Amino acid sequence: MMAAWLMRAAAMQLMRVGLILGFTLALSVHAAVEVYDFTSDEGYARYQSLTYELRCPKCQNQNIADSNADIAKDLRREVHRLIEEGQSDDQIVDYMVTRYGDFVRYKPPFNTATLILWVGPAVLALCGVGGLFWLGRRRRQRQIPNETSLSQDEQARLDDLLSDHESKK
Amino acid sequence: MILPELGHWALILAFGIAILLATVPLIGAWLGDRLWMGVARPFAVAQMLMISAAFAALSLSFLTDDFSVKYVAGNSNTLLPWYYKLSAVWGGHEGSLLLWALILSGWTLAVALLSRSLPEEMVARVLGVMGIVNVGFLSFILFTSNPFLRLLTNTPTDGGDLNPLLQDIGLIMHPPLLYMGYVGFSVAFAFAIAALLGGQLDAAWARWSRPWTTVAWAFLTVGIALGSWWAYYELGWGGWWFWDPVENASLMPWLAGTALMHSLAVTEKRGLFKSWTVLLAIFAFSLSLLGTFLVRSGILTSVHAFAADPARGEFVLMLLLITIGGSLTLYALRAPAVKSRISFSERSRETFMLVNNIILVVATLTVLGGTLFPLAAEYFGKEVSVGAPYFNLMFMVLAPALVIFLGVGLSSQWKDTRPGVLLKQVPLLAVVSVPVAFVIPLWMGELTFSAVLGMFLASWLIMATVRDVQHKCGSRGWRVGWLKTTRSFKGMVLGHLGLAVLIIGATLVSNYTVEKDVRMTPGDAHTLGDWVFRFDKMDHLQGPNYLSDQGHFTVETTEGKVVGQLHPEKRRYVVSGNMMTEAGIMAGLWRDLYISLGEKLPGDEVWAVRLHVKPFVRWLWLGGLLMALGGTLAVMDKRYRFRRSKPAPQPEVSSSDASSAALPGETS
Repeated sequence: MMAAWLMRAAAMQLMRVGLILGFTLALSVHAAVEVYDFTSDEGYARYQSLTYELRCPKCQNQNIADSNADIAKDLRREVHRLIEEGQSDDQIVDYMVTRYGDFVRYKPPFNTATLILWVGPAVLALCGVGGLFWLGRRRRQRQIPNETSLSQDEQARLDDLLSDHESKK
Repeated sequence: MILPELGHWALILAFGIAILLATVPLIGAWLGDRLWMGVARPFAVAQMLMISAAFAALSLSFLTDDFSVKYVAGNSNTLLPWYYKLSAVWGGHEGSLLLWALILSGWTLAVALLSRSLPEEMVARVLGVMGIVNVGFLSFILFTSNPFLRLLTNTPTDGGDLNPLLQDIGLIMHPPLLYMGYVGFSVAFAFAIAALLGGQLDAAWARWSRPWTTVAWAFLTVGIALGSWWAYYELGWGGWWFWDPVENASLMPWLAGTALMHSLAVTEKRGLFKSWTVLLAIFAFSLSLLGTFLVRSGILTSVHAFAADPARGEFVLMLLLITIGGSLTLYALRAPAVKSRISFSERSRETFMLVNNIILVVATLTVLGGTLFPLAAEYFGKEVSVGAPYFNLMFMVLAPALVIFLGVGLSSQWKDTRPGVLLKQVPLLAVVSVPVAFVIPLWMGELTFSAVLGMFLASWLIMATVRDVQHKCGSRGWRVGWLKTTRSFKGMVLGHLGLAVLIIGATLVSNYTVEKDVRMTPGDAHTLGDWVFRFDKMDHLQGPNYLSDQGHFTVETTEGKVVGQLHPEKRRYVVSGNMMTEAGIMAGLWRDLYISLGEKLPGDEVWAVRLHVKPFVRWLWLGGLLMALGGTLAVMDKRYRFRRSKPAPQPEVSSSDASSAALPGETS
């Protein structure tokens, strides 16, 4: 039941998620290019980076810079307008999030819901490093009996190796 | 024509053979019955024959435009050139699954033919496990995704055409190569499961499965590089990696496979990390399955396909759960029995390999988390997107950690490294890489943090590799010394250099690309960086199955020297009505010039055009190719020659083997 639900949720989500290497894409893909004039080069640079970080709300997985959907065009126009009005990047992103939700940002916000996303990798890495130390300690504790007496197997393998080594010479 | 029926019939036979392959040899290995074990090889051959026949039948149906076959009607068209008709076989869901099964049978056959030196029980178990996987896939095809279904009552006169995106050489090659990689990991998986079943997890097992893993990894590397290259020139956006779920699906097994290759090296050389290596083999293949199914179950491609036929998605989920659950259960039951008691110090190469594995596994899980998080968020009624900014940030931390440890670790030795040797590396490498880290970005333009970091890492890695080669050559001199090294050492060097080249490409192209959207009419010229793009004229052409607006651009240097012609196009595919941008690209080792044609604007032949100058973008794919080449070289090493007289190699370095000190740098 849960599985079926998850699949359906997945499907709904992924409907919007794009397909770069998938093989049965049924939409037009062509570069969306418009020409906006900016009063400053800095404004144009901000326009470029913002349109790459905002997600087209209606299409599959595309940023608004690449999408040629109507809504992406609208959003590009909005970004242009807001930049020219002198709004900051954060203000523009907030404006978009109020209208379209967190879905519109490719960079998820940092809050309790997304905690695992932002902290998870660090926790995993710490676990890995911790594991490494634990392993090292365990090995050091076992080292002494280990090195003084080879098991029969090991001795046999060693003999085997040594004789092998000599026969190669 | 009854060709599709013959194909269908061959597929059913193949299914039957796969069931036999999945049971008889395994039971034989359990009972110790040589006759039952012995049938594994003939079954592998028969399975390959039957699936090849089915695949050939489907291909012929495409070539002969048999639109009574539903799958052909949906993915082909009479106007398509013959080579696209052929590649359309794997252009849709059903056919690409058939390709998967074909490649799996191919790998099974290869194992059957190249395993003469292996113990009979091992061969029987490995082939049996691969048979089980194929049973899963063939049943998926037969019960939910049959490519041979007919449209007999209402046969269309022409097909719905292949998606224009796929009408391209890159997409002819990309899926087969990618699948060779994905499916290749099934061999490592099968070896791991076979070892668990037989309880013989030793260095011999690692040596057997290592070349298979490396070959699969090399295929996957080329497949991913090809996909990236294709996205770059075909999508018309000039991007080369989008952190799309489908791309992530192929990156995850690659990262896990990279970890597996390194941990197999330790298991083979030192007899260590056996349980961990087995776990990684299971992990890598599970991710391959997950990747295949994320892409192929239909949930990514079309919600309508999924909603209309939820059976597919559920089947996929079941298969995944059985594979992962089954192998992990087996692991839990069997793995603790395998313990190694060989010691190594914290300065040893073993430790560095563990660090490598930790970082790569964390990277894999980060990608996995970022890819699945939006689905989980949806479960709680939230909509979240996880895209490039997130993944880039994570990899800006993980990649430096990986490369810095790699640089130092290259001068470590098995078991223990003399105190001081490792610390001495740091100034040696830094003295070159710190200046490089600043000089190159300054020379390229602006000094940014990520550019400095990237160039630092690349030169750090190159320096470490060069130093390692120098050490290896010893007093013999570069040329003689290099020729004396083993192929697997050469392969390792090439692989690591490939990574450095990739880092250079990624760093420079993401920091120093210039692009601009401009309005142009024929006669206009626009300057971008050191280049002048001149719009000469616009042609309106007719292709075999599309209409095209083709721009003619001349690129000159600012001094007025003509560099070349670019022909970006905008195509309209007549059958489907899809629009496609074909970018005009002038490739070069140092930079690409790239034009994509946008909308026609009001006025006579006024066009919106996006101009790009992309420095070092080729280095991305060059790096990928170098890595794959390294893998290929490594498996050609003498010690992997099949038909060895000595059937079961032991770990080469045992606890008191003095020769380990004489072989620094031997990771291969």
